[in-house]
Amino acid sequence: MIIVTPRPQWTLPGSMPRLDSSSDFHLHQSNGRYLGITVSYKYYIKLLLCIMFERSIDEINQKIKDGSVHVVTAEQMTEIVDELGPKDAAREVDVVTTGTFGAMCSSGAFLNFGHSDPPIKMQRVWLNDVEAYAGLAAADAYIGATQLSESRGMEYGGGHVIEDLVAHKSIHLRAIAYGTDCYPRKNIETTITIDDLNQAIMMNPRNAYQRYNVATNSSDRTLYTYMGTLLPNCGNATYCGAGALSPLYNDPDFGTIGIGTKIFLCGTTGYITGEGTQHDPQNDFATLMVLGNLKEMSREFLRGATFYRYGTTLYVGLGIPVPILNENIAKKTGISDADIVTNVLDYASPRRTRPTLRKVSYEELKSGVIELDGKEVRTSPLSSFFMARKVASTLKHWIERGEFTISQPIEKLPTDTVFRPMKQIKETPLVKDVMSRKVTTIKKGKSIEDAAKLIMKGQFTHLPVISEDDRLIGIITAWDISKAVAQAKYDKLDRTMTRRVITATLDEPIDVTARKLEKYNISALPVIDKNRKVIGMITSDDISKLIAKRRGFTPRKSKISWAQKPKGFCPIETPKEEGGSREP
Amino acid sequence: MKILLRFTPEIIQEPHIAEVILETGAKLNIDRASIDAVSGEVVIDVPDEKCDKVIKLFRSRGVVVSVLEHPIVLDEDECVQCGACISVCHIKALSFKEDWSITLDERRCNQCGACITACPHRALEFS
Ligand code: SF4
Ligand code: SF4
Repeated sequence: MIIVTPRPQWTLPGSMPRLDSSSDFHLHQSNGRYLGITVSYKYYIKLLLCIMFERSIDEINQKIKDGSVHVVTAEQMTEIVDELGPKDAAREVDVVTTGTFGAMCSSGAFLNFGHSDPPIKMQRVWLNDVEAYAGLAAADAYIGATQLSESRGMEYGGGHVIEDLVAHKSIHLRAIAYGTDCYPRKNIETTITIDDLNQAIMMNPRNAYQRYNVATNSSDRTLYTYMGTLLPNCGNATYCGAGALSPLYNDPDFGTIGIGTKIFLCGTTGYITGEGTQHDPQNDFATLMVLGNLKEMSREFLRGATFYRYGTTLYVGLGIPVPILNENIAKKTGISDADIVTNVLDYASPRRTRPTLRKVSYEELKSGVIELDGKEVRTSPLSSFFMARKVASTLKHWIERGEFTISQPIEKLPTDTVFRPMKQIKETPLVKDVMSRKVTTIKKGKSIEDAAKLIMKGQFTHLPVISEDDRLIGIITAWDISKAVAQAKYDKLDRTMTRRVITATLDEPIDVTARKLEKYNISALPVIDKNRKVIGMITSDDISKLIAKRRGFTPRKSKISWAQKPKGFCPIETPKEEGGSREP
Repeated sequence: MKILLRFTPEIIQEPHIAEVILETGAKLNIDRASIDAVSGEVVIDVPDEKCDKVIKLFRSRGVVVSVLEHPIVLDEDECVQCGACISVCHIKALSFKEDWSITLDERRCNQCGACITACPHRALEFS
C-alpha cells in the first residue's frame, strides 16, 4: 500500500468538507492497479460534523462582531424548530436567549463599607434595621434577601434593602463590635448609598430553578406560604418558573452552560459561578449559583418583595444565552410549555414530602385554570412572564448590538448531584408520644351546666363535643362557658361550642401541632382518628414540658391560655421553617 | 357602579340602606362593610340606571356619598406583572392581557382586599 497526494481538482458535494491533504485519505494501489480509497478518521469526523452541523463559539462571536449574528428568544425558537425542524433551525439561528423573573429567596449581596475612623470590626451590622451577616472581615457583610427588618417585620427585608441600594437610596447603617486593640470602636451609625461602597457584589447561592412545583391547599383554611396565598379547598394554585423561556430547560444537559458562563443578571452582565445549592438535575430541578456587580444593576430587573405572612424575598431577572453549536442543542431549545411537566403538591401537609395531586404542563398552567378532582382551579404564576420576556429580549438586543459576546464555560455543571434531606440524629416526637389518652367528652344536646360540671370535675379547660355516633363535632372551653354565663345565655351546648375544631392526628410531629397552637392562639387540641373519634388530647403544656426535657431543663409552670379561638382572626406570625422542601 | 357610603355617629342607628332600597326599588348589593358603634363605611354596588336616584336619596339623609371610579388602584411602578393577585380574586376581576401584563376590571371589583395582601410588591391599594 502506498500513499499518494490527491489531485486538487477533485470536487465534492457543496456541503461536504474539502479534502485537505494527504493526511485526509489514503489511496490504495497495488501494482499500478486501483483498489479504492479509505478516508482518514479525521476526515470522517469532519464529514460527520458536516452532516450533523457544528458551529463554534468563536464563529458566533465573530458574527456578533460583524453584526451578522442571528439571535432569537427561546419562545421564538420553539416556533422555528417546530416549523423547520432542529437541523435547519440550527443552521438558521446562532444564539437563543432565555429569561426568567421570579422570587429567588437564596439571593443576596456582599458589601464592603470601607473603614471608619477609628476603625471598627463589625460584629453585627444592620442596614435599615435589617441585619446583614458580618462574620467576615472587619468591613465586609452579606445582606440576604429573606432577613426581616427588626422594626418593620415582614413588610421590609433584605430584598428591599438590595432594591433600595440599587435605586441609589440612602440606607441607614448601624453596627456594633466588641472592640480590639486594632479595631477599638464599638459602635457606629451612619448613612450610606451604594456609591459609597467599595464593592457591592450580588452573589446568589441558588437561582433559576429549572422548573418548580405547583402549590395548592386542600385544607379548610387559607395558608400563607412562600408560594403565595393558598385559598382553602384547593381554591387556587400557584406556580413559578418561566416555562419555555426557562434558562436551564433550554440546555438541560449543560452542553453550553457551565462555570464561567456570561449571563444577564438584573440588568447587567453576570456570571455563573457553579451549580446552585440543592442542584438536582436528574429530576429537572437544576439550579445555578450566580454573581454580578450590584452597582451596575437596575431596579427594573430586581425587586424586593413580601409574601404575606411568610416573609421577604428578592425578585431576580436572569437570562442565559444558549449558543446553537449543533442540531442537538437546537432541538433542546425547541422545548415548549407543553413539554415541561411539573407536580401539583398539596401544601396542606406541613411535612417535607407533600402529596402530589397530579402532574401538569406549563401550557395548562399558563391557560389560567387547571383541573383538580374535576374542579376548575384558577392559577397564578408568581414569576412574571412579561418580565421574563423582557429579560430574553433585552439580552437578544445586547447581542445583536455587539455589546454582549458568548463565553465558553470553564467547566461543565455536574449532572449527577442529588438533593438529599437533612440528616436528623433525633427522631421528632409524635403526638401519640405526648398526648394524654384520658379524655373526657360530652355528647351533643347536653346543657352548658353539664359541660361546666364536667370541666370542674376534670380540672381541664377544653371539652370536645361528640355526636351520637362518637364523631367530633365541636369543642367547648371554660372560656366559652364563662362568656355564655356572663351574657346570661344558657343555651344548648351546640350553640355555644366552636364547630370548626382544630385537631391533631396520632402520627403528627409535635412541631406541627405546636405551630397550630401558636397560629390559632389556642392551648389544647383534640387528637382524632380517621373516623373523627376523639382518642386523646394534647395541650401546650404537654409540648412545652417535652421541649424543656429535650433541652434538659424543667420548665416553669406555664400560664394556661383560656382563649380558645379569636374567631377568624389570625395574629401576625413569625415565619417558620417548613421542612426541607425546595424553596424558590 | 360602586359607591362608598360614610355614616356619621348621629345617623348610624337609622336603617338608611333598607329605606333607600324600598323607596327606589334598586337592587343594591353590599360589597364591603365596616361598621362600629360610632361610624360606618359601606361599599355598595348599584345598578347604573338607578345610580343618580340612589345617590341623591342617600345624600338627603345625611350620608356622605362618594362614587368609586377606581375601587382599587394599581401602582404601575411597583407592579412587575407577576399575576400573584389573579387567582385570589374570587370574582375574576384581575387577569392577564395578551402580552402577560395585568389588567383590572374595575366594574367587577368589590373591594374585598384579597389581592392587596396577595401582591408581593405592594402594588395594589384601596383608593
Ligand atoms: S379587591 Fe377583591 S374583588 Fe377587587 S380585584 Fe382585589 S381580589 Fe378582586
Ligand atoms: S400581584 Fe402585584 S405585582 Fe403581581 S401582577 Fe398583581 S399587582 Fe402586579
